[in-house]
Amino acid sequence: MMENLNVFAVRTLTQKEYFAPGHRSCQGCAEALAVRLVCKALGRNIIIAAATGCMEIVSSPLPFTSWRVPWFHCAFENTAAVASGIEVGLKVLMRKGRIPQKKIVTVGMAGDGGTADIGLQALSGALERGHDFIYVCTDNEAYMNTGIQRSSSTPFGASTTTSPAGKTKMGQITWKKNMAAIAAAHNIPYVATACPSYPMDLIQKVKKAADIKGAAYLHILSVCPTGWRSAPDLSIKLGRLAVETGTFPLYEVEHGRYHLNIDFPKLKPIKEYMKLQGRFRHLTEEMIEEIQARINHDYEQLRERDKRGF
Amino acid sequence: MAKRVGMEVSIAAAEAVKQANVDVISAYPITPQTHIVEHLSEIVANGEMDAEFFCVESEHSAMSICIGSEATGARSFTCTSAQGLALMAEMTYIASGLRLPILMIVANRTLSAPLSIWNDHSDVMMIRDCGWVQYFVENGQEVYDHVFISYRLGEDRKVLFPVIINMDGFVLSHVIEPIELIEQEKIDQFLPPYQPLHQLHPDKPITMGAFALPAIFAETKKAQEVALRGAMPKILEVWKAFGDMTGRYYHPVETYKAEDAETLLVTMGSIGETASVAVDQMREEGRSVGLVKIRLWRPFPFEALKQATLHAKNLVVIDRAVSVGGPGGPVASEVKAAIYGEPIRPSIYNFAAGISGRDVAPFDFIKMIDKAEIEIEEGNKEGFEIYGVRE
Ligand SMILES: Cc1ncc(C[n+]2csc(CCOP(=O)(O)OP(=O)(O)O)c2C)c(N)n1
Ligand code: SF4
Ligand SMILES: [Mg+2]
Repeated sequence: MMENLNVFAVRTLTQKEYFAPGHRSCQGCAEALAVRLVCKALGRNIIIAAATGCMEIVSSPLPFTSWRVPWFHCAFENTAAVASGIEVGLKVLMRKGRIPQKKIVTVGMAGDGGTADIGLQALSGALERGHDFIYVCTDNEAYMNTGIQRSSSTPFGASTTTSPAGKTKMGQITWKKNMAAIAAAHNIPYVATACPSYPMDLIQKVKKAADIKGAAYLHILSVCPTGWRSAPDLSIKLGRLAVETGTFPLYEVEHGRYHLNIDFPKLKPIKEYMKLQGRFRHLTEEMIEEIQARINHDYEQLRERDKRGF
Repeated sequence: MAKRVGMEVSIAAAEAVKQANVDVISAYPITPQTHIVEHLSEIVANGEMDAEFFCVESEHSAMSICIGSEATGARSFTCTSAQGLALMAEMTYIASGLRLPILMIVANRTLSAPLSIWNDHSDVMMIRDCGWVQYFVENGQEVYDHVFISYRLGEDRKVLFPVIINMDGFVLSHVIEPIELIEQEKIDQFLPPYQPLHQLHPDKPITMGAFALPAIFAETKKAQEVALRGAMPKILEVWKAFGDMTGRYYHPVETYKAEDAETLLVTMGSIGETASVAVDQMREEGRSVGLVKIRLWRPFPFEALKQATLHAKNLVVIDRAVSVGGPGGPVASEVKAAIYGEPIRPSIYNFAAGISGRDVAPFDFIKMIDKAEIEIEEGNKEGFEIYGVRE
């Protein structure tokens, strides 16, 4: 049912594009798709503060731009702070009557590196201060812009250019940082995970985030065929498998209350997800089992939170 | 009538920020800048000023917030010192590259290590080339005045650059001085609300902060260089307008008993006042010395400096920072560059003095001049040393 709704309901979306076609992302880039959907959901009355990273580089080679909404790139690690400044600037200018009163949504956008690693301090500061803005992390699980280096959001076992699979190490040796939980720990009103393979779910969450007063955090899994060593035409499928295997569950945390949006009574084995990606090719059966056990455990924990509500 | 009141210079700076109707203040505490932020948060908390005040989680974010708010068209302010400035260094280049007229007061302090909270100019010299207009002030009144001067200049559409007011930490930030406060109506006339050329707003979507390939980057750098150099007439014009309003006229380079002097001290910042005492003493002894004080550090006033110094035989340049492993002090480098092309030019002897708050008294200037004159006489015409080091 969910499946069908997603397939047909997408056609009801606006035809308008605010992240214009013609940008330079790779074929099958689901990060670009995520950004495009976020923009569709928000409409034109927004200002985007973007971090350095793939989405910045593919969209803004001077003197061209792919942005039909106000878009501001400052640096890699300070997106949340820049977005704070924009939000505050708009607020004070409206209060003083120097620009007309109107709802303008401030959006911070950064990759997993710009969020979970180098930008974590600025993000924590902005969430703690409680600015009225949306922060969107498009998580492709590595520093793709600089050539597929590991981040703290890279999954265990994945081979990247700085966590290569070699004779002594089998790729990334740490477990993926739980950014959504970190954001939720700031007691902000809204946190959600999303994936462009579930466009309607993603769009609803973005709209909710925009309506909520205060800081909202969205963590969007964004398949990157270039970095994941996957076929470009499999990006949507891979996003679905990430959800169906429990690798990337879709859930919300509203005022501290957890809610699993799509629960699967039985998860698909993660092998189905991993075998389509070159970055996991080197993994042994034992390692896959170890990862499977961890995923089962984390998913179970999330289910319990969903039941308990917190 | 303007009121003259005794107040701590940091408080005067904060009062000026209030009177300048700043919209957004974002800062992080660090000695010796703290009193400015503390007083500003008080002013805002008391409702004496309609501004958004954010004491954030780092200087990097403090500057980033200013960059964001300034891009929406809000007049923005921050202040810092030493380690804080180092942490925001990356952002200072971005603020000027994007031509955002933020104002920052730097209460100058030594950069670690060893850790030291005391005053010299090593902090701001690290970001010497960041593309901001930079003043060095000599006393509290100049700090207060330059808050209005800076915004009026930076926000001018022919300028559009962020501005740093350098004021020596402790020596200025923590002393009580008589400050002549300007009436609000006069300030409002001198400094109307900011009217940005471009601002982030959905009604007129713009892209700011695009990246540049080699095919276009050099052009953007040249545009910045031409604009910052080209700001000089505006800088003079704003100072003139300010002088006409208050009677206090400022110049890029100030001279004191310099016209006929054989040997000139060249200083920057608050030590200029002490140096003038030394000049008076030496004049009484019949020595031919004078003083040249640099107030405008960027854009560097090459012409004014030449006019003030070329007639002299010796220049004794006092730096408050060291370019370690380099040519000595940064001020001397600039002075040398300014006069290098002249067929007849003075010899230059360079001291780094008052490093990390070491006192520089009038007799120290006399000792430095004595030493420099002997060295130059003996043929050491390009010498550099760190003054007063115990060996
Ligand atoms: C302070 C700083 N350090 C390093 C870089 C280099 N850098 C630019 S983008 C990037 C990685 C971006 O990764 P992520 O945030 O995950 O975005 P993605 O490109 O994967 O979408 C890095 C390391 C930088 N621009 N600034
Ligand atoms: S490297 Fe990955 S994230 Fe970056 S543009 Fe290509 S597909 Fe998209
Ligand atoms: Mg990434």
